[in-house]
Amino acid sequence: MSEPLRGVIVSHSGLAQALASAVSTITGVAGALVPVSNEGCDNDALGDRLRQAVGEQPAILFVDLPGGSCLTNSIRYAKQHADIAVVTGVNLAMLLDFVFHREITPAEAARRAADAGGKAIRVTAA
Amino acid sequence: MSIALYRIDDRLIHGQVVVGWGQPLDCTFIVLVDDEVRDSDWEQDLYRMGVPPHIEIIFASVSEAAARLPAWEGDARVGIVLVPDIDTATALVGQSDRVKKLNVGGIHHRTGRTERLRFVYLSEDERAKLRQLAAKGVDVTAQDVPTARPVPLAEFA
Repeated sequence: MSEPLRGVIVSHSGLAQALASAVSTITGVAGALVPVSNEGCDNDALGDRLRQAVGEQPAILFVDLPGGSCLTNSIRYAKQHADIAVVTGVNLAMLLDFVFHREITPAEAARRAADAGGKAIRVTAA
Repeated sequence: MSIALYRIDDRLIHGQVVVGWGQPLDCTFIVLVDDEVRDSDWEQDLYRMGVPPHIEIIFASVSEAAARLPAWEGDARVGIVLVPDIDTATALVGQSDRVKKLNVGGIHHRTGRTERLRFVYLSEDERAKLRQLAAKGVDVTAQDVPTARPVPLAEFA
């Protein structure tokens, strides 16, 4: 691949911005993740925000919930553009893994994100 | 009455509807009234992804909804009727006298609209159409989530 994958976090309210900020603070990697909030958007406006965030390069959309306007608009966008993958249930663990593994296809990145994010969910001993 | 909410929301099925309203109302069916979505299989698949399995989604055109409102109101389950915009709400009220209350839940910014509430932006034409609905006897209020105050029409349009 010619350039690293772009990650776009799509969330309600300020969650996407907070996650992107946390990843940058922890890893020191800047610019790998672009936050998009659905705040104040109808479906067309959120589609415009996604278009601006993705640009012209392959990308993976990290969506907060497996339903709702963030997901429906992300899937709508992915159906209309090549080289876009969508994964839901975004968490910090999957984003931390992603920023160090961006030389893969969007589909591979989505599978990897689901794996890394799922492994981070544990019930710990008291 | 088993239609607990008639709502205008330009995002249609999303978190505020499914979780914010759906859970306290114990809603188990949502009627999405939109002629365009009614004719698009993949748009329907998209909206089905946004709801838990115990909630049925019914896709209807305006005319289908008007014809079936009496049956839905007689349904033992609790339902929500969603329309995407004021024009669709006006069309539905024009074809059915069943809509007595209308919740303006989300109309977002576009060119030509001005902010009336944090979650309601209206053009002059849309304001007039809401007032026309009220003149027909529909109780129009704005309220994004159940815990918020229902804002009377006079305060935002």
